[in-house]
Amino acid sequence: MKIQLIRRDTASRLAMIGAPVLALLLACLASLILFALLGKPAGTALYALLLKPFLSWYSFSEVLLKMAPLLLIAQGLAIGFRANVFNIGAEGQFVIGAVCASALPVFYPDGAFPLMLPAMIIAGALGGMVYALIAAGLRTRFGASEILVTLMLSLIAIQVLNYLLLGPWKDPKGFNFPQSVMFPDNALLPTLFEGTRTNISLIFALVASVLAHLLMQNHFRGYQLRTAGLAPRAALYAGFSAPRMIWISLGLGGLAAGIAGASEVAGPLGQLQRSVPSGYGYAAIIVAYMGGLRPLGIVVSSFLISVVYIGGDSATVSAGLPVAAVEVFQGFMLVFYLLTFTLIRYRVSFFSQARS
Amino acid sequence: MTNATPALLTLAGVSKRYGTVQANKAIDLEVRSGSIHAVLGENGAGKSTLMKMIYGVEHPDEGAILWNGEAVQMSRPSDAQALGIGMVFQHFSLFETLSVVQNVSLMVKGTQAQLAQRIVALGDQFGLTVDPDAMVHQLSVGERQRVEIIRCLLLEPKLLILDEPTSVLPPQSVRLLFDTLRSLQAKGMAILFISHKLDEIRELCDEATVLRGGEVTGRVDPRDHNASALATMMIGREMPKVAATKMVEPGEVRLSLKGLSHAAITRFGTTLRDINLDVRSGQIVGIAGISGNGQQELAASISGETLCTSAEMVTMMGKPVGRIGPAKRRSLDFTFVPEERLGRGAVPEMSLADNSLLTAHRQGMLNNGFINRKAEREFTRSCIDDFDVRTPGPDAEAGAMSGGNLQKFILGREIMLNPKVMLVSQPTWGVDIGAATAIRRRLLDMRDKGAAILVISEELEELFEICDVLHVLREGELSAPLDAATTTAQDIGAYMIGAKT
Repeated sequence: MKIQLIRRDTASRLAMIGAPVLALLLACLASLILFALLGKPAGTALYALLLKPFLSWYSFSEVLLKMAPLLLIAQGLAIGFRANVFNIGAEGQFVIGAVCASALPVFYPDGAFPLMLPAMIIAGALGGMVYALIAAGLRTRFGASEILVTLMLSLIAIQVLNYLLLGPWKDPKGFNFPQSVMFPDNALLPTLFEGTRTNISLIFALVASVLAHLLMQNHFRGYQLRTAGLAPRAALYAGFSAPRMIWISLGLGGLAAGIAGASEVAGPLGQLQRSVPSGYGYAAIIVAYMGGLRPLGIVVSSFLISVVYIGGDSATVSAGLPVAAVEVFQGFMLVFYLLTFTLIRYRVSFFSQARS
Repeated sequence: MTNATPALLTLAGVSKRYGTVQANKAIDLEVRSGSIHAVLGENGAGKSTLMKMIYGVEHPDEGAILWNGEAVQMSRPSDAQALGIGMVFQHFSLFETLSVVQNVSLMVKGTQAQLAQRIVALGDQFGLTVDPDAMVHQLSVGERQRVEIIRCLLLEPKLLILDEPTSVLPPQSVRLLFDTLRSLQAKGMAILFISHKLDEIRELCDEATVLRGGEVTGRVDPRDHNASALATMMIGREMPKVAATKMVEPGEVRLSLKGLSHAAITRFGTTLRDINLDVRSGQIVGIAGISGNGQQELAASISGETLCTSAEMVTMMGKPVGRIGPAKRRSLDFTFVPEERLGRGAVPEMSLADNSLLTAHRQGMLNNGFINRKAEREFTRSCIDDFDVRTPGPDAEAGAMSGGNLQKFILGREIMLNPKVMLVSQPTWGVDIGAATAIRRRLLDMRDKGAAILVISEELEELFEICDVLHVLREGELSAPLDAATTTAQDIGAYMIGAKT
């Protein structure tokens, strides 16, 4: 017997929406089995993972808080991924964005700087963008792989952060902890809902989603980026400049990550800390792919992943799950998503030999 | 016809469906040892499907395949090879990342050194020269076919299937191939020769089965019928003709190559040497030659996909453009139909409408950079209608279309841009006769309206049919211009193989 994947002529729209849901159900089923094998209360674990985040307003607001940076970074990355430009160093651009934004409150701890908050966001955006563009320059000038360059730049960014926090930017009154001064009030993002930590960076992320949708689906520049990704030789044939696509892809990815970094220090952290690089930049890669690299899909996938993050925290407490089990659940989601997504694009065909 | 011994290969009532398409319907076919049997039909008539079933790639839904009178089940090509069936595919089955000899060694026993020798020897014998150590991805389409033929012959099959084998060979090589096939026939080999070239079939084959729409419409001895009778069987009506058009007096020079030289970009590429060429308004200039002699490099230098070392090497509309990219050359009303349709002329994963946007975006399809979907669809719609593209509509994915239909779409798109200069590479490759005639007619219409057209083609008949001036490209060097009206195919062939320069 021979099994073949045959490309479908058209993908059904219903299946496109159904695939993530099916992936989620399959991931739940597989983890139930895994948790049971671990001897953990599987039902309790799944309840904590998937339902608890919805059962109190506070935990739901935490989901939205996590969602904001994931969504923002993933939108930026997805643009590049569709153009076959693989920026996997959003973590570093996020950190540099946070550092650049923090410069203002560090140098004006009394808040005596006009338009402090907008200036911080702009500084973060520019910082993240310039940092990503280093990789664009090296790629277009010397052909250096942006995958390696952005990844290595992330490591450098973290060392820059460490240097600043252990030296020049350390809070003089901070008992020698490696962290900056607490930001003044005018350097903090306003919260969206009373009594929660969810702030207006969620709005930034949603606006970015709309802009990304307009760019990728309705603007010629987005079309050029998609062409460059799907058929580089067709892009060359039509005369779309390949270097320009690389500059745009990395620039927008870095810009979004930089804004997210600025929002992190101006939001839940309230100061520059060594815990700034907490994995958003890497998780956003999964978010982008789970959303099918489509702006609207990414809104959904960033929400789902955030639910699992918050649910995972509570599952480690209430069901005694090891942290690794939560990561395995996230892995299941990705694997099953890729599986269902493949079946949308391809149908499986079985050939049997015994036919006459 | 009843013989004591059964035919080598017999097909009885073989049918095959793909989804809603009935590719083959109740086909009966007998091939005898020592016979060259033609399977004749247009693109899409079901020839390739039939051969794939004989070769074990596909499996019949109904009917039986008999080998020496015994029913056989072939579930994969190796089963067919074990019986003694060899096949040269129209779409090549070579691994691009391996060298020629490595590809051969996947199917033929022997060390690579031995195989390399045999490849060279066979190449010399049949005029199928190919470097055994060349990487397949660097080879042109024509060279890849040579590799396929050689690989099959190395297996010494009892039945050899050749799917449109002559479409990429120069006349002299066709002669050599035919000589080869006749000597194989004399040794008792059966040959299935798939083609739509009627004269070749009449010259070479002793039996012919004609297919139309997946069904057998005739079983004849092709030597007893003239070409137009065969054509009528094949397409169900009279053979279309390219209308003879009036010769217009050529106008100003619109495309000029002066001393165009370009070092090979890759090890297996061709170095272009001092190429000089003029294409005038109201003129079709053809470049003959076998693929792999610099055709790809020349086309890329003219289109701007490869930049020249000096701006003056390529002049369009009097402007030196050698150092500017494809987009800027297109803004001078230059358009280009490349030889690869999927992945270069069109993006397979995108709809036809989005593929219109690829080069036709200047036709009012953008408002401040935003895509005007209505204009995009209207353009696509009229391209589909005007160029007889068979497709469900503008939303169909380019990758799901047949090669011929996609070619009509791409050619239509580039013609609708109203070019002053147009470069067309292999205009009718894999396109059925009716559509090929329509395409040639379009090119002649454009010439009569004053366009300057450069055609690169391996099909000599096609070049003679439409061109005013011919050049031959061989090993990166271009011959002087030859007047198409006074030059013969044999002359061109002599240039192709280097007997004349």
